[in-house]
Amino acid sequence: MQPKTYSIFGGHGSKSGIERAAEIIFTICGFFAVLAVASISLYMLISGTPALFKVGILDILFGTTWMPDAATPGFGILYVILTSIVGTALAILIGVPIGVMTAVFLAEVAPPGLTRLVRPAVELLAGIPSVIYGLLGILVLNPLMYKLELKIFAGSTTHQFTGGANLISAVLVLALMILPTVINISETALRSVPQHLRSASLALGGTQIQTIFHVVIPAAKSGIITAVVLGTGRAIGEAMAISLVSGSSVNIPLPFNSVRFLTTAIVSEMSYSSGLHKQVLFTIGLVLFAFIMIINVSLNSLLKKGGAQHD
Amino acid sequence: MNTNTVKISSSNLNLYYGTNHALKDVNLELYTNKITAFIGPSGCGKSTYLKTLNRMNDLVPNVKIEGEVLLDGENIYDQRVDTTLLRKKIGMVFQQPNPFPMSIYDNVAYGPRIHGIKHKAELDDIVEKSLKGAALWDEVSSRLKKSALGLSGGQQQRLCIARALAVEPEVLLMDEPTSALDPISTLKIEDLMDELKEKYTVAIVTHNMQQATRIADHTAFFLVGEVVEYAPTTELFTVPKDKRTEDYITGRFG
Amino acid sequence: MINQVVLPAQHGTSASGSIYNKKSRISDTILLVLIYLCASISILVLIGIMGYVFVRGIPAISLSFLTTVPSTIKGTFGIVGNIVNTLYIVVITLLIATPLGVGAAIYLNEYAKGGKIVRIIEFTTETLAGIPSIIFGLFGYVFFGITLGLGYSILTGALTLAIMVLPLITRTTQEALKTVPASYRSGALGIGATKWYMIRTILLPSAMPGILTGIILAIGRIVGESAALLFTAGSGYLLPKDFFGKIFESGGTLTIQLYLCMQKAKYSEAFGIAVVLLVIVLAINGLAKFLSHKFNTEVK
Repeated sequence: MQPKTYSIFGGHGSKSGIERAAEIIFTICGFFAVLAVASISLYMLISGTPALFKVGILDILFGTTWMPDAATPGFGILYVILTSIVGTALAILIGVPIGVMTAVFLAEVAPPGLTRLVRPAVELLAGIPSVIYGLLGILVLNPLMYKLELKIFAGSTTHQFTGGANLISAVLVLALMILPTVINISETALRSVPQHLRSASLALGGTQIQTIFHVVIPAAKSGIITAVVLGTGRAIGEAMAISLVSGSSVNIPLPFNSVRFLTTAIVSEMSYSSGLHKQVLFTIGLVLFAFIMIINVSLNSLLKKGGAQHD
Repeated sequence: MNTNTVKISSSNLNLYYGTNHALKDVNLELYTNKITAFIGPSGCGKSTYLKTLNRMNDLVPNVKIEGEVLLDGENIYDQRVDTTLLRKKIGMVFQQPNPFPMSIYDNVAYGPRIHGIKHKAELDDIVEKSLKGAALWDEVSSRLKKSALGLSGGQQQRLCIARALAVEPEVLLMDEPTSALDPISTLKIEDLMDELKEKYTVAIVTHNMQQATRIADHTAFFLVGEVVEYAPTTELFTVPKDKRTEDYITGRFG
Repeated sequence: MINQVVLPAQHGTSASGSIYNKKSRISDTILLVLIYLCASISILVLIGIMGYVFVRGIPAISLSFLTTVPSTIKGTFGIVGNIVNTLYIVVITLLIATPLGVGAAIYLNEYAKGGKIVRIIEFTTETLAGIPSIIFGLFGYVFFGITLGLGYSILTGALTLAIMVLPLITRTTQEALKTVPASYRSGALGIGATKWYMIRTILLPSAMPGILTGIILAIGRIVGESAALLFTAGSGYLLPKDFFGKIFESGGTLTIQLYLCMQKAKYSEAFGIAVVLLVIVLAINGLAKFLSHKFNTEVK
């Protein structure tokens, strides 16, 4: 009687049936992100370009008249684009120094006990839904801004009073919203600076502060820049927090003007728009998408460069 | 030259990391323009002792230091002491070369800059002098603006020596400065140390006994936080007074 | 020789002066003050936000607020409909996104042969993570709502959010898989287990806490999301009449209801919803912390 043996070639059919199916399913899952990004890009292009040609590329992108409902409508979104750029830049200017300094505090200065208390709090700040930021913006910031507005423009006949819903309010909300991103990523970057560089500076007679600003922060530069780029992405893409805080008319982005961002234009006009107006809103979405893709690509090349430096 | 001027002296120095008694009643004197070597098995406290001399141990949490260390008669653990002035006077070179991720020039100019020197001409001068002092000038003078991280390990360590010299210290502490280097770089640094002692007081921690015999005027043998024996190097290695020293230098333990 | 020791004079023999000269540098002090100032701003703003929301919101919360739906006839304003909608969206989104995300992570970590393909997938995953929710909203509205004909419905919203949270789940799962020691894998494969068997019995159980953390973080993201839902799930606020039919009806989550309240200047109701949201966020944060802590200690 022959003993039952197994061939190492045997069982091929039954084994590889499930094995192959598993591999194929996982591969499809793996490529799903690629598919998603490709279809989002495609759909943004398909829905965003018709208006560009109907209105004219220059008339849309560089036009300054936004009167979508008028008898002879104007669809110039230059001010909307400018508002997003200026608003984001100002938010970065305010949020990044505060965020980086807070990260320095947590990583270098604060006693460990305090860091353990503050860090979860910062993480919590990142988790607060953006509508809540908006709610606070309306009820806390806008009244303050209105008071300021009344003082500054007292007696002015040309200023359109906004009730405080203006560019500054929106910028402050955005600055606050990028704080957690900037703090978390910068802190990680500062902590990853090797201890021996700090020792070298201190041993040369550098003070703790000199060491932080001349050695640690420069050494953490690529991480901090990453934080800034991600913060920019978050600020330029934020919609709900600022849609009611920033006012409701398209204007030049001056501090006390009521303004519309790329995002808030979409949020507040989508529900009642139709026809060409709606198509233009998708063009605005396309412009926003283009900004985001630029940020993503630059972030990617930045991270690559940073990675190469450390090798 | 057989007069010895005391530069640094420590008396009854005790150091604790939490409950660990890492240095026990250390009494030692370092002499001006001499090289003193600290030897002993790892964990014996030789590096810890070196770091008490420029108060780098202050940065370790839960450290407690008792006793005094006098630098030119001044107690460096006195409340009035400015540690940045202290560390300007007592420079340090670490085990691993640790240049900053900046250019060669900026590495050397770092110390003078933080101590307030801003004039370009003056800085240029200091950088050149320091790099020459560390026997590195000829190798890097044409690429001062290049990143220091592109240098070889031995060059990086000499750059760190130049960086320490640039603040014009009086004492140079070296914590196993050649242990991460190849034999040729090691020899270069040993030659350099021989020149350095003409201007500086040097203390070196080494696990390499041959190195101590080659370069040091005096040698201290550490064992579990105590100084077992301290004597002129030739004396310590030829006629050790303590049985434990003899066991160590003949390789019977450690 | 040591016996010829010369002791220096008591003080100031050194050319560069005494070390007893403690002085503070003005620039250091200014910078330190600045660091403390910025840190206090960040911390105070956080405490301020939490405090303000709770103080204004808690009075708005009552049993009827939590258990009724808005009705002009009965004169009630409650959010139970929105709570149910939020649950629907969370569950459906996770049912879609979890298998996809975990599967993608398994592909990247266990199957992909490295190189270009992995780089492309990781780049697109990062890109997806960086796309703002308003863009997801537009895409979901056009693709799921119009092209696939799902209209304003919970399903449209959930499909949109599933794409949005996919990178989050993929990334946390990948991290978790990376921490599973290679010896586990070779151990299982070495005794003749097939790859899929190894993944099912060794890898996934060991990575489970990490995957759960990712899912919980995704729940946080979904609960807090608004811009991506406004044009996809719509703003319905009624309780479902039919358990499965609800999926194809419009349903506004808590955040959408908050936004609508804000638009109508119903601030006290808005703060009531904000408190509910904050409590959920706090709970989710705590849970994620607890899990990742547990995971870390288990690995060690």
